[in-house]
Amino acid sequence: MATPTALLDELGKRYTLSEIHIQRDDLLFLKVTKPQAVRFLKDLRDDAGYTHLTFMTNIDYIEDGRFTLTYMLHNYDTHHEIGVHVDLDRDNAEMDSIHNLWAQGRTYQCELREMYGIRFPGSPGLDDDFCLEGWDQIPPMRKEFDIVAFSEERFGNRPGRGSTDPREHMGTVMYPEHRDGTEH
Amino acid sequence: MKPNQSALGPLMNEGLPPEDRDLFSNARPVLYEPYPVEVVEKFVNWVRANSLWLLAFGTGCGAVEINPLMTARYDAYRMGVQTRPTPRQASVFLIGGYASVKTLKRIIRSYEQMQGPKFVVCLGICPINGGMYWDSYNTVNQFDLYLPVDLYITGCMPRPEVLMAGVLELKKKIMEGRADGANRYVENFDWYKANQKRVIKNWNMPDYNW
Repeated sequence: MATPTALLDELGKRYTLSEIHIQRDDLLFLKVTKPQAVRFLKDLRDDAGYTHLTFMTNIDYIEDGRFTLTYMLHNYDTHHEIGVHVDLDRDNAEMDSIHNLWAQGRTYQCELREMYGIRFPGSPGLDDDFCLEGWDQIPPMRKEFDIVAFSEERFGNRPGRGSTDPREHMGTVMYPEHRDGTEH
Repeated sequence: MKPNQSALGPLMNEGLPPEDRDLFSNARPVLYEPYPVEVVEKFVNWVRANSLWLLAFGTGCGAVEINPLMTARYDAYRMGVQTRPTPRQASVFLIGGYASVKTLKRIIRSYEQMQGPKFVVCLGICPINGGMYWDSYNTVNQFDLYLPVDLYITGCMPRPEVLMAGVLELKKKIMEGRADGANRYVENFDWYKANQKRVIKNWNMPDYNW
């Protein structure tokens, strides 16, 4: 199972894989279905040598109404990496816990619960405070959360803060002779 | 007009569970009264300015600038600055850049445990107006709403040279008797507390952490 193709052939017999993207010889991304995901990760860990969970994160595709969980695994023998994507329903985000596969999964899941509101039933200490304490809004990394409005309302802004459009500033102040867009 | 602190009554400590309230003091902070003889006060201020004990509490990215300050190259010891690991023995609180709400809670707790005279120095642009974190969900934008600030050193990040210039400026302010942040905190205690509790939602500590 050294090359990505050999690995994919082997795993494709047992799992429904999609959106396979071989980015480099040693870096591969693919997507599995939610019910198969934890079993798939366990197989990668126990059989394919991907013993290290590098990180676990989440992407918010608000326009498609889905979250995409990403597990990044590393193989210490071949130094290959594999990224496993799993789609979740955005409105009722819940995923099986991997804390019994990798102990550090507990911390990642605690963070994902806090930042995105994803539930991982059975994960220890899931509802403990991670970064935020006493958070009383919707999870802050969800894209519908208006961070600017919240910051303005909660923390306020000191008057006198301004910003300059870089293009306008360079055209009028720094390089007026190239204002029409000509090159140097 | 300075309000009479004792007339305002004891603190309620409502953040604590009822059975714990007896374990903590409910007294308000006390205003520092200068020595009646002016020359004595001036002498004491000179002594204070030349014995600055920095609280070694790195509160943001600016904390990395403190480390070279204490090495042979910049050597802040020659200016009478020394770090202390505990707030009880420190007199200068250096806010090293941005303060998240979680850190702010610890900052307030440490600041209130410091014994007077105490001074707050804010490092970097973030405590002034939020800096690059002005639209963050977890970083306060105006630090002086929550604690009184005696000196700002702006920049992102200020180099150790600027920090040393700031130390000299702070010494000048102390000698002139203008570094009165601790007294401003006492005089406007309720205003500061209201601001602090507006952002710290899980207030589970006494109102004044003395």
